[in-house]
Amino acid sequence: MIELLLPPLLAGLAVALVSGPMGAFVVWRRMAFFGDTLAHGALLGAALGLALDISLYVAVVAVCLGLAAALSGLQRQRQLAGDTLLGIVAHTTLALGVIAISLQTGIQVDLFAYLFGDLLAVGWQDVIGLWVGAIVILLLMLWQWRALLSITVNEELAQVEGIAVQRTRLLLMLLLALLIAGAIRTVGVLLITSLLVIPAASARRLTHTPAQMAAVASVLGTASVLAGLAVSWFANTPVGPSIVVAASSLFVLTLLRKPA
Amino acid sequence: MIFASRYSLLVTGFIASLAEPLQQACFVQATERQYIIAPLYFGPFLMSEPLVTVQSVSVTLGGNAVLSDVSLTLAPGRITTLIGPNGAGKSTLARLVLGLVQPDNGNGSGGTVSRRKGLRVGYMPQHIKVDDSLPLTVDRFLWLAAPGPTASRRAALERAGVAHLRRRGVQQLSGGEMQRVLLARALLRKPDLLVLDEPAQGVDVAGQNALYGLLKTVRDELGCAILLISHDLHLVMAATDEVICLQRHVCCSGSPESVSRDPAYHELFGPGAGTPNLALYTHDHDHDHDLHGNATHSHEHSHSHHHDHDGPCNHD
Repeated sequence: MIELLLPPLLAGLAVALVSGPMGAFVVWRRMAFFGDTLAHGALLGAALGLALDISLYVAVVAVCLGLAAALSGLQRQRQLAGDTLLGIVAHTTLALGVIAISLQTGIQVDLFAYLFGDLLAVGWQDVIGLWVGAIVILLLMLWQWRALLSITVNEELAQVEGIAVQRTRLLLMLLLALLIAGAIRTVGVLLITSLLVIPAASARRLTHTPAQMAAVASVLGTASVLAGLAVSWFANTPVGPSIVVAASSLFVLTLLRKPA
Repeated sequence: MIFASRYSLLVTGFIASLAEPLQQACFVQATERQYIIAPLYFGPFLMSEPLVTVQSVSVTLGGNAVLSDVSLTLAPGRITTLIGPNGAGKSTLARLVLGLVQPDNGNGSGGTVSRRKGLRVGYMPQHIKVDDSLPLTVDRFLWLAAPGPTASRRAALERAGVAHLRRRGVQQLSGGEMQRVLLARALLRKPDLLVLDEPAQGVDVAGQNALYGLLKTVRDELGCAILLISHDLHLVMAATDEVICLQRHVCCSGSPESVSRDPAYHELFGPGAGTPNLALYTHDHDHDHDLHGNATHSHEHSHSHHHDHDGPCNHD
């Protein structure tokens, strides 16, 4: 049993660990819908990866970055609000992704696994890749922590104080795209945002500093992965949704506590 | 608002007030540029090198010409005040100096902005809003601008008269408190140039006196240039070396006294504004003056301007 469960467990923990600080930034910067849009685009990336026979991760990161660039370009026009644009892009890319996957001939592709994750199918190679990715992302965030936080508090003050705002914002996008690519296998494109947003939202009520919030979000995320996997194993429920429900349950529990 | 604190922000502050050359030397040291020997010894001679030079700049925002052919020089140790009615482009000019707005660059006629290399800028915007989801105390907020020992942040807050707010969440501050904290943040950076957008807003007259007193002290200690934005010439007279009267272009500029006698100034602000007997150096003015009274203004440029302001101007 342990040989079966260990790779999914380690893979899930890697994703949850990074989702803590990353999710905190998504919450602080009000990027939940933005993250969701990138995640929807990830399905298109996965389909392209299959069609072109290149690595799923490379294809997803490329498509996410392309989407982020396109969105920031689109947001320069002022007639339509940001969330309208995100709604258009998110569902267009999702539709395109589903069509692209359905057009794949030869191999049978499990669409459900991409939409809701298939953690139990990950192998040791994925685990190593995810942990390397997780450590790289965490180190980059730690290194750029003050810059990332400064542009989150106020971009103009940050710029006046000599922080490269554009570059830092780009770094955040890149890290988010990397995380989404890694998280597809855990919870699937439709539930990735929940793994980002829910633990961070729960941590808000428990903490007093940005760093605390990021760390506690990581802890709550890993706890959700553990609980979700356990439920999935014993009750035979799908893994991705089980993890999300576990995270939501923790959030509901934090609501019982008086806000910090 | 109490500005009673006389604690020195810099350890060198006291010495600096005694010997200006020494102060300059210490300040260069404080900016971690010890490897440049020349400014350490020749600092006093470099005092006049401008920090920021704006040369015949035009700025168009969203299709509107906000600034046209504006020039400005900010030198160390000088306090410059931008005055002008609403919509005159004061904030845009300040943001141009800060690098947050770029000059028009169509066919190279938009002018140029040059900054001294390695210029450290402290900026106090009117207000900023931090998202409620971010648990951020005033102390952490200051740390973002200048990571260092807690004592330096405490001293900066004390200077700005808000030491008691250090452990408060930034979202819980009132507008006036936030402004003080932003001032502390700007001071903490030991700036070469300090830019303050409407620092006197939401502050009572006694507070304003204290504020301008503080700015002078800071200028003397750091030897920095200060750029202020104000609606109101009266408030800043005593603390200002140079006034620039702005109405999309520079109407008039010079010492406060000369500006208050300039016909262009009266044309802009209406008759009776800034008469010399205003008790300028005591800040004892009443709030019924008509500095913001109706002023119809048409200049040699083709634009004309009508500035409405009903009732006496209020400073809070």
